[in-house]
Amino acid sequence: MSDLGYDAAHMLGAVVLLMSFALLYQRRLFSLLNVFTMQALALTATAAWQAYSHGEPHLYITALLTLVLKAILIPVVLHRIIVKMKIHRTIEPALGIGLTMVAGVSLVTLSILLVLPVTADATALTRENLALSLSVVLLGLLMMISRRNAVSQVVGFMSIENGLILAAVGAAGMPLVVEMSVAFSVMVAFIIFGIFLFHIRERFDTLDMQKIESFRGESD
Amino acid sequence: MAALGLVVSAIAFLFAVAVAGAAARRLPQAPTVVYGGTAAACALIALWAALRLAGGGPDAALVLPVGLPWIQAHLRADALSAVFLIVVNLGGITASLFGWGYERAHHDAHGGSQDGPVLPLYPLFLAGMNMVLIAADAFTFLLSWEFMSLASWLLVLSTHREPDTPKAARLYLLMASFGTACLLLAFGVLATAHGDYSFAAIRAHAPAAGAAALVVVLILLGAGSKAGLVPLHVWLPLAHPAAPSHVSALMSGVMTKVAVYAMIRVLFDLLGEPEWWWGGVTMGFGALTAVMGVLYALMQDDVKRLLAYSTVENIGAIVIALGLALVFKAAHTPVIAALALAAALLHVVNHSLFKSLLFFAAGALLTATGSRDLNRLGGLIHRMPTTAVLALIGAAAISALPPLNGFVGEWLLFQAILNAPALSEWSLKIEIAVVGAALALATALAGACFVRLYGIAFLGRPRSRAAGEAVEVGRAMRLGMAVPAVLCVVLGVLPTPLLRLFEPALRLLVEAGPFDGRAYQPWFWLAPTSAIGNSYNGLIMLVVIALLSVVLVLGIHRKASDRVRWSIPWGCGFDGPDPAAVTQYTASSFGQPIRRAFGSTVFRARDHVDMPAPGDTRPARLSVTWTDPAWVVVVEPLSRAVGWLAEKANRLQFLTIRRYLTLMFLALVVLLVMVAVTQR
Repeated sequence: MSDLGYDAAHMLGAVVLLMSFALLYQRRLFSLLNVFTMQALALTATAAWQAYSHGEPHLYITALLTLVLKAILIPVVLHRIIVKMKIHRTIEPALGIGLTMVAGVSLVTLSILLVLPVTADATALTRENLALSLSVVLLGLLMMISRRNAVSQVVGFMSIENGLILAAVGAAGMPLVVEMSVAFSVMVAFIIFGIFLFHIRERFDTLDMQKIESFRGESD
Repeated sequence: MAALGLVVSAIAFLFAVAVAGAAARRLPQAPTVVYGGTAAACALIALWAALRLAGGGPDAALVLPVGLPWIQAHLRADALSAVFLIVVNLGGITASLFGWGYERAHHDAHGGSQDGPVLPLYPLFLAGMNMVLIAADAFTFLLSWEFMSLASWLLVLSTHREPDTPKAARLYLLMASFGTACLLLAFGVLATAHGDYSFAAIRAHAPAAGAAALVVVLILLGAGSKAGLVPLHVWLPLAHPAAPSHVSALMSGVMTKVAVYAMIRVLFDLLGEPEWWWGGVTMGFGALTAVMGVLYALMQDDVKRLLAYSTVENIGAIVIALGLALVFKAAHTPVIAALALAAALLHVVNHSLFKSLLFFAAGALLTATGSRDLNRLGGLIHRMPTTAVLALIGAAAISALPPLNGFVGEWLLFQAILNAPALSEWSLKIEIAVVGAALALATALAGACFVRLYGIAFLGRPRSRAAGEAVEVGRAMRLGMAVPAVLCVVLGVLPTPLLRLFEPALRLLVEAGPFDGRAYQPWFWLAPTSAIGNSYNGLIMLVVIALLSVVLVLGIHRKASDRVRWSIPWGCGFDGPDPAAVTQYTASSFGQPIRRAFGSTVFRARDHVDMPAPGDTRPARLSVTWTDPAWVVVVEPLSRAVGWLAEKANRLQFLTIRRYLTLMFLALVVLLVMVAVTQR
């Protein structure tokens, strides 16, 4: 049991990390959303597996929340927004894909180098899980700064959150995970709307150049 | 322990007095309450400290449950704290006495309240200085230090209506922040090894050589900027004169001593065994400070600014003594180290006395004539005889004339300098010889400086109508000047009991007393190196000087004064109806030879003569310009660098979200890499 539990948990965590890498090299928004959905599904599976193998039923709630919110609701909403705003072709990487991948690999190396010595006393599962989730968090950050598009930034942010939940479900016996995942999801929803509102405002500002120039006193 | 509770209660009482002063600012009794309460609290603390030093016994310690929750406030008063508690509170008592009279005189003259909130801030300033001295952990120390700085800054600002004050206050704030930042870093380095900020823990874990070197430099910069070490002295001559006179006396005579306390505490106590070069660096700074300070002082026409620059010089002498003590401590000759440290402590006491006295005298001149400009004073020995005599004592004491206390301090310091051949480091032997010569030069120039100050201000004829109509100041102000003057004489004649009182502090810091291994040490005789050779007896000195003076006076009266002399009635235009008497020797005339000799290279001082063409009736004009090299070398580059950095940092306000995220991401990655590297 313990061997199987370890291997399966490890594999599922690795799938989440793999999806993070997959997110990094997507050029189209729709496929980006699909990959994100797959990451959320992998996370759901991880949470469910941890709940089953450690006998902690509250993790089922986490899994359910992840499934409904991350794998179904948010992708659908984002999909609609993309269609409505007709921006499905614009992915605008600020950093080249090759460079991004190199940076991503170095970040994973860094987090393994960092976590393994620090957590020398913890169990093997916790250590690897922490290394994986730190990698996911860092890759999410990298994604946020290497894309110009707001949707991909939102997806990057949510993959950061996925990394945090991955870390939380891996640590044995953490009763706060449920509440944390709810709180994070609500926060993500707010941030999505916040960023969109910000972008729309920015668009308005940049559209109306005459007004801006009169503000700056540049027109005669 | 209950004993320190007394001091803490006295400090709390100072806070209460401040609150009372703030509440009752408009009432006529407010100055009496504030200055009386402050003097009482200071007297209590000084008495406690003196008894603690005389009685010996264990250190008084106290842990207050305030401050950061996991640190608390550690308070402790050992022998060193007690010495400085005496200095600070003695200054506090006399300044309160003088300030009470000063406040009343200005109240009567201006018919209203003072121009700023001096009353509530004055006890706070003293409370801050006392808190620094009993702090026993880095957090409490820095908090008290900053409290002291801010209180004195607000006191400087209390004269904000005068045109120069805002500039002085801004510069003071800048330098105080710089100093506190340096101290913060120094304590950070000291506490790195074990993460405990109490002095006891720092003392138990002496830092490694590299960290110790960093701490020495940071302390010299941090405490040195407060004490006025060249080239960090620039704020001192602006800020000290700006405050009311009794506050100037406290800032110049007492607050700089708190900075000296910080240096001693860290260099001798917290850092463990010293290395020889610490002393070398400290001495070098001290010598530079002493010579530059007195040269600046010689070029000033403003009485209080002159006194502030003279403080720079005296701090230089004290720092030289500290450096010597470090050198001898590192060379394992503790008795000589104790001698040098005794010279430093004695000079600390002496300077606090005569500098307070001279600032009080400057305050009396300001009250009587409304001017601090030397060229508008003159002839005041006739109008203000008591002030003139007391100021003469102060000027003689600060010029290190026997049998006054300034002489004893300098003499002890030179005794320590003359022990330089006992050292093994050749570079130090040479450096100490140079430092000794510089100190001798500074002392001689200080003599010239105070002859100039006294001669121009009190002798000759009045240089302005106000000086001609000046009246003597009130009794409280005269008493405030008389107390330090009497102490100057007493300590000059009988320094040994005071040094005996300070002996516990010396034993604490260098594990020896200045009188160790000397068989012959009665209380009226000071013989630190040998009983027969270099020794000083103030009583004999006093008697001899008194006898010689009597003989001289009698001789002059018998031989010279009883003859009536007649001369032609030509006084160089001197005795006309003009009260300004513009043809007198002025302060600038007096300083000119020395300005020409030293100032032309060091300060780029230049005299410009504007001579009208023949037939032109406008007057010829002489103007003097000089530049402080510290402004050019330190302050201006510093302000340019700060401006440049601010300009660069300003751009960070206008980035896109993605750029902000990039910055944070990079910072996170760099920190993680650092963690990964240090975990290896």
